[in-house]
Amino acid sequence: MNVEPTRMLTGPGVLRVVWLPGSDLLRGTCHCGAAYLAEGPVEVWDWLLGHPVGHDAAAVDGAAELSAARR
Amino acid sequence: MSSIPTDQWYVAAYGREIGQELFSRTICGESILFWRTGAGEVTAMSDRCVHRRFPLSEAPSRLVDDQVVCGYHGFTYGADGRCVAVPGQTRVPRTARLKSYPTVERDSFVWVWIGDPAKADPAAVPRAPWLASPDYTTVSGMEPLKARFELLVDNLLDLSHETYLHGGYIGTPEVAATPTTTEVDDEAGIVYVSRHMDDAECPPFYAKSTGLTGRIMRWQDIEYSPPCLYKLHSRIAPVGVLPRPDGSDPDAFHVEVVYAITPETEHSTHDFWAVARDFALDDQGVSDFLAEQNRTVVLQDVAALDVLERVIASEPPGYQELSINIDTGGLAARRMLAKLVEPSAAPARTA
Ligand code: FES
Ligand SMILES: [Fe+2]
Ligand SMILES: [Zn+2]
Repeated sequence: MNVEPTRMLTGPGVLRVVWLPGSDLLRGTCHCGAAYLAEGPVEVWDWLLGHPVGHDAAAVDGAAELSAARR
Repeated sequence: MSSIPTDQWYVAAYGREIGQELFSRTICGESILFWRTGAGEVTAMSDRCVHRRFPLSEAPSRLVDDQVVCGYHGFTYGADGRCVAVPGQTRVPRTARLKSYPTVERDSFVWVWIGDPAKADPAAVPRAPWLASPDYTTVSGMEPLKARFELLVDNLLDLSHETYLHGGYIGTPEVAATPTTTEVDDEAGIVYVSRHMDDAECPPFYAKSTGLTGRIMRWQDIEYSPPCLYKLHSRIAPVGVLPRPDGSDPDAFHVEVVYAITPETEHSTHDFWAVARDFALDDQGVSDFLAEQNRTVVLQDVAALDVLERVIASEPPGYQELSINIDTGGLAARRMLAKLVEPSAAPARTA
């Protein structure tokens, strides 16, 4: 069934990285809600820790487009 | 600069290791003398006499009625570290006092505060309640590691190595093959790494202890509270058996694997390990098996990390590593440790 593990930490500042099943991609989600698709952990942490740089709505769309492009 | 965070609680010993006799252990480079007072309290102070530095844990130093008498010239100290008697004269110098360390005894561990004693908050000691719970049976031990503590953190945050280093014990192909989810809460000081294998081979460690045969669900949920306490919540169940909607989980086996990662020096570590289970509570055979298996597994890590330490210590700093998806949690832990050492540092690159 391979269900993505549910959210475990509940604090307001939680950063989350899901290794998307069936892919080599990591999806980072910032505490601000912005998300980003990365090809490795260094890249995903750099983006998450860069908050708020590039975490506006446009970046979310950008990540989604990137995601679509890579699939 | 040291990579060991200070102003932190570290596990110094199991409570059972400290009785009414002198006990010494080096924690974060500091030689500390422990003993248990007549009232049962653990006390911790410098293991170096203020007079000429003779180790107070070393014979013929001795403990007499809650006072330690230096074996060299007889300086005598109380349980608070204050010198109460010196030889030949009645006046004890006011500054004659051993550095004393705040301690907390909790969840079977003795924790010691390394850093400014004024900042020690016993409520901040991270918890591992299973280890002293009547609902669990625990086996535990400690292995000396001749490697820097960061190597053990890397090791424990990335369990994909079980497949290779611990094959035939706890490793099966699914561990390395299953993606993880990583969460970080800076404020709470937790790195969480979750790997849920929903249809996996059952390794001997769990087959023999639970009696499950055939394929299993195996969930590994790591909760690391840097710098010292690491908990692996391990859930084992037949394939398809999930926790109930009310959150209870009576049809699964739960094993809480706890590590305390305590730097001894910059290049050596006390590797405390404990395995607590909520099944076969009174089965000594299961206890013996899990203790022997886990110790074997820990020693496999120790052997590998001892080698790695020698290699790394022989290389100039700034060697290149290559991180891939399995390192997501390990990199998060490294960053949190770096911030504990240097809080003002800009969010460090995590490579
Ligand atoms: S070194 Fe301890 S009394 Fe002299
Ligand atoms: Fe290991
Ligand atoms: Zn953000």
